[in-house]
Amino acid sequence: MSMLLEVKNLQVAFGTGPAREVAVEDVSFSIPKQGTFALLGESGSGKSVTALSVMRLLSEAARIETGEIRLNGQDLLELPEVQMRGIRGGTIGMIFQEPMMSLNPVMTVGQQICEPLRRHRGLSRKASMARALELLDAVRVPEPQRRIDEYPHQLSGGMKQRVMIAGALAAEPELLIADEPTTALDVTIQAQVLELLRELQRDLGMAMLFITHDLAVAKSMADAVAIMQHGRIVEAESAEAFFENPRHEYSRNLFAALPNISKRGLRLHGNGSDSDGQAVEPASRPSTEPLLEVEDLRIHFPIRRGVFRRVVGHVRAVDGLSFTLREGETFALVGESGCGKTTTGKSLIRLLPVTQGSVHYRGHDLSHCSAHEMAPFRSELQIVFQDPFSSLNPRMVIGDIIAEGMQVLGVAQDTAERRERIEELLLQVGLKPEHQTRYPHEFSGGQRQRIAIARALAVNPRLIVCDEPTSALDVTIQAQILNLLQDLQDRHGLTYLFITHNIAVVSWMAHRIAVMHEGRIVEQGDTVEILQNPQHEYTRTLLSAVPRL
Amino acid sequence: MIAYIIRRALYAIPILIGVNLLTFMLFFVVNSPEEVARLHLGDKYTTQEQVEAWKQEHGYDKPLLYNPEAAGLDSLTDTIFYTKSVRLFVFDFGNSDSGRNIGHDIRQRMWPSLAIAVPSLILGLLLNATLALMLAFFRASYLDVGGVVLCVILMSISSLFYIIGGQYLVGKLLQLVPISGYDTGFEAAKFLILPVIISVIYGIGSGTRWYRTLFLEEISKDYVRTARAKGLSEQWVLFRHVLRNALIPILTGVVVILPLLFMGSLITESFFGIPGLGSYTIDAIQRQDFSIVRAMVFLGTVLYILGLLLTDISYTLADPRIRLR
Amino acid sequence: MWVVLLTDFFLYLLLAGVALYVGFVLRTPHLRHAWRSVMTRRGGAVSVVALGFFAAIAILDSLHFHPRLEQPGAQVEYSNEILSVFDVLAGPLRTQVERTYSAPFAYHAHSKETRETPQGRIRVYPRLEYAGAHLADPEQERGWDITVRVLRGALLGAGVWGLLLLGVRLTRRLRGARPRAEGEAAIPWRSVAVTVLLILMLIGIVTQLAGAYHVFGTDKVGEDVLYQTLKSIRTGVLIGTLTTLIMLPFAIALGITAGYYRGWVDDVIQYIYITLNSIPGVLLIAAAILSLHVYLNAHADEYASLAERADLRLLFLCMILGLTSWTGLCRLLRGESLKLREHEYIQAAVAFGVSGPRILMRHILPNVMHIVLITVVLDFSGLVLAEAVLSYVDIGVDPSMNSWGNMINSARLEMSREPPVWWSLTASFVFMFALVLFANLLSDAVRDAFDPRVKR
Repeated sequence: MSMLLEVKNLQVAFGTGPAREVAVEDVSFSIPKQGTFALLGESGSGKSVTALSVMRLLSEAARIETGEIRLNGQDLLELPEVQMRGIRGGTIGMIFQEPMMSLNPVMTVGQQICEPLRRHRGLSRKASMARALELLDAVRVPEPQRRIDEYPHQLSGGMKQRVMIAGALAAEPELLIADEPTTALDVTIQAQVLELLRELQRDLGMAMLFITHDLAVAKSMADAVAIMQHGRIVEAESAEAFFENPRHEYSRNLFAALPNISKRGLRLHGNGSDSDGQAVEPASRPSTEPLLEVEDLRIHFPIRRGVFRRVVGHVRAVDGLSFTLREGETFALVGESGCGKTTTGKSLIRLLPVTQGSVHYRGHDLSHCSAHEMAPFRSELQIVFQDPFSSLNPRMVIGDIIAEGMQVLGVAQDTAERRERIEELLLQVGLKPEHQTRYPHEFSGGQRQRIAIARALAVNPRLIVCDEPTSALDVTIQAQILNLLQDLQDRHGLTYLFITHNIAVVSWMAHRIAVMHEGRIVEQGDTVEILQNPQHEYTRTLLSAVPRL
Repeated sequence: MIAYIIRRALYAIPILIGVNLLTFMLFFVVNSPEEVARLHLGDKYTTQEQVEAWKQEHGYDKPLLYNPEAAGLDSLTDTIFYTKSVRLFVFDFGNSDSGRNIGHDIRQRMWPSLAIAVPSLILGLLLNATLALMLAFFRASYLDVGGVVLCVILMSISSLFYIIGGQYLVGKLLQLVPISGYDTGFEAAKFLILPVIISVIYGIGSGTRWYRTLFLEEISKDYVRTARAKGLSEQWVLFRHVLRNALIPILTGVVVILPLLFMGSLITESFFGIPGLGSYTIDAIQRQDFSIVRAMVFLGTVLYILGLLLTDISYTLADPRIRLR
Repeated sequence: MWVVLLTDFFLYLLLAGVALYVGFVLRTPHLRHAWRSVMTRRGGAVSVVALGFFAAIAILDSLHFHPRLEQPGAQVEYSNEILSVFDVLAGPLRTQVERTYSAPFAYHAHSKETRETPQGRIRVYPRLEYAGAHLADPEQERGWDITVRVLRGALLGAGVWGLLLLGVRLTRRLRGARPRAEGEAAIPWRSVAVTVLLILMLIGIVTQLAGAYHVFGTDKVGEDVLYQTLKSIRTGVLIGTLTTLIMLPFAIALGITAGYYRGWVDDVIQYIYITLNSIPGVLLIAAAILSLHVYLNAHADEYASLAERADLRLLFLCMILGLTSWTGLCRLLRGESLKLREHEYIQAAVAFGVSGPRILMRHILPNVMHIVLITVVLDFSGLVLAEAVLSYVDIGVDPSMNSWGNMINSARLEMSREPPVWWSLTASFVFMFALVLFANLLSDAVRDAFDPRVKR
């Protein structure tokens, strides 16, 4: 089979002199015509840099040091820039991860799709507009007549990515480079976009270089895959063989780190610990005692209009939620972005005001109590946030960050006792006591999340709201954090309200789940039961959209 | 949109009241009219009668806030606060301390001010944007680095030196244009060239550097990478994508000062002897004419608030993402 | 007898603040790192040295005292005059006052005078009283004399520099130089050394020339222009720093309070700064200075000396400039606090029940300090430039006070003389340009190092 794209011994580095850092090293692969090749890897593995090298769109700090990139036998690295522009958008189209940022905010959808048509196909303004309309229709944007004159901010995330695809495919390229095209999208939208890409590829007969961190997505798309780690390809195989039997240790670790329903009760593989993959002590079964009872919870945000900013309506972020948390269990709130799950979590610990309904914690109604009345419960109800980079004050040392809650809530008697406790907590979350004098920027995302957990644990909470605690992390790091959370639950009998969009994590971790949609719970109950036998229409759509291995 | 404009316009009322109270305190509470009179009459040995006469002549012989002698509503209106401050709200500026009608002066003097300010603004905007675009196009080259250094140097020179130097060089040594003065009609042009050129040159340093930063900020955004991935040329990317986005802050930055152009430039006008509002203000300050300064403070405030409102409106026109509610 | 003027007091306060800040920087890794990166830029390092030189003159010029009167008898009497340590150091610059204008390095006056001679009345350029007085035949000897003095001064400066360098080398060797940490860029010591050398040579040359010539000529009343422009440094530096010192507490407190608490607190604070901001700055300053003028006029007896009166006016000018310029920083801080309050670490603090003021102090304030620093450094040059313009309009510092604005103001008339008297303007230009340029370079380096939006 003739190869469309051949990459040989590619080496890319950032900076020069002593600050030089190699991002991609000795990378070789090839893509046949009409084939789909997936480049898999965790963040920082060099997969995006490889993709940008093919387009010669690297930032000014990066430099391709050695290697060849041949498209139909022609080495792209030797082309003059003028000819390279003919390749970009003409022979190779590219779509990016953040559809939000990747479209020009002040140009209409139509104008942006027209550009490659006029540039590469030489169409007139009018002809290109007509073609753009067809393209919008082809990527299944509803009402293309109206959408073509709209601006990107008027479209949803999935729509924007469709517009991006229409622009990239406008000049009918032979190769499409898709750099994490669905990572920023909800799972149901992801399924639609992937399906669209598969169809368009078939119709247009083009090849695809698919960059992703998600094994399941790669499986659903690719003919061949390569796994990247630290800038190198550690394993390259046909998709069939790879997903059947990954050979390299790193590849196998990736699979082992993925949570799923079959690994319930087993430790996930998280690089390093001896007990990886072993069965854990059967968790003490959660009691049937209710710890937190939520009844008809409503959180509405006013919409103000007019000269006097009168309230003309409400955004019903959370609209009549009822559920009960039992002591010692993990209760998961599952849903797509904007369904109100984070709002719910924050309002339970009074980071947001409750509009209506009641929240009973061990018999006390917290929903409308004052800051003063809330104080005694602050130490029992804690929260761990999603973004490990904004959840720690960059100007405080780790010790002070962990100590803050203890000081305010008077958990430890004096400085010495507090210090002892900080050291003990750091050890518990898998860090070292000497880390307490360091600043957050010295730690990786996973380590920061451990610190955030230690901060919450410091005040001896009984309930921790975990708001997407692993969604910003790579799978191996996610596995470590999930293992840690599980261990801590077993040791301290903690109750978790686990907020996430990730069904896989839920299926491994949660005792019971509630599926949220548009501010309401559509279905709740035992995890295994719901996942295997969903009753509600929305739950079924959601579950069927999740790509599977 | 309309509701928003009405709300902003209503918000101007408490601000104007605040400004009015502030200036009233500054002029009449910190110093009594008596002291002002003595300052104007100069001599320390001025008699009390002279002071009283001056106060009466200029309308300062009333109580500050409340007149117990007058009846009914007059007890509030027959006061310095009402006659000197509240009247400003209907743009009745009254007479200056030297007896001229301020409103009339302002209407007459705003045209020369505009004749300098408008061309300076437009030329400066075009020149700075062009230079900045050039630096951005050749970013990280020697041209760019040299250009930025030159901008910093130009920024570090006081406006006074530009004016004195320009007057000396062009006016006195080369004798190309008159140093100062003004005429009516098209004859004015020869008096305007030098001040306009100097204003433009003075603005190059900071203007170009600021615009360059705006351009570079836009260039580093993701949509520019998308545009390049379509195979568009660097010029096309710069003019069609980057420029349109960078123009939003540039234009709205211009809009906010548009109304204030009426006020003229204090320094330029006074150096070049242009009979605009800027030199009017300076003369008033130097003559210590409180009535004019007060009128100009009020006028300036109104124009500033107008500028803010125009800025908001221009944002909605320039940026499709912004909708006012 | 030492005298502490009001502005002196504030300057000492500022120095104490700077000292505390330096101590704080040394103890805080991220600040130490950022400042180090300021110093690794050539522009940053050079301007820190040069600004240090300006600051040193300003400080020396702020140590005031009443000189003891030379008079017989046991009674110690003090003059009413106020001098500074700098005045004493400047020596001949201050005391050698000619009768009127003279050009730089001139040995005769700028304009001819009529003299009675036995041959009748003639118009001659009279010899100056001090400058070039030591020369018998100035026309022949002056060039050589100046060359010798310049060379001697330069050598003197270079000699002091050599000793200094040796001292630094020795102490480094004795203490053992600290090895540079991985990834740490080098401070451009060579540029620093060259800057110091240039400054020392300049000082050397000026000290050699000052006693014998007027390097920048003399002004209308015969005062040395170099002395005036050196004295103006204090005015410029004070305006640039005290203004900030005065406005900073208000801007910070109100800005972060408004941004964090939002609601009615925000509304009130916004109202205050929009109101102040909507008055054109120059007019507000004019109004305030005019009011002060009237006030001083009415209470003339309460201020002992002209110097104290001028000093009060300077302080008042700083205050009013601060009042007009704090709104910008306040708005920036409000915006940043609005963003910060949504950050998860602040939410985490709220989840612990940490009180509002404590969150402001521990979480918000440290995370907006870089904005404060960048603004302070950036404002400095703008304020120095503003002083000149305001003094030109007569609403700046007291006309009796040495300032670049006052020098330029008088230079305007001097330039229209025939032949023009250009040296006052040149002297003020050179010094003001140098100060503002170095401040701008420093502010660039500081912004690059502290602004997270600038990619490193």
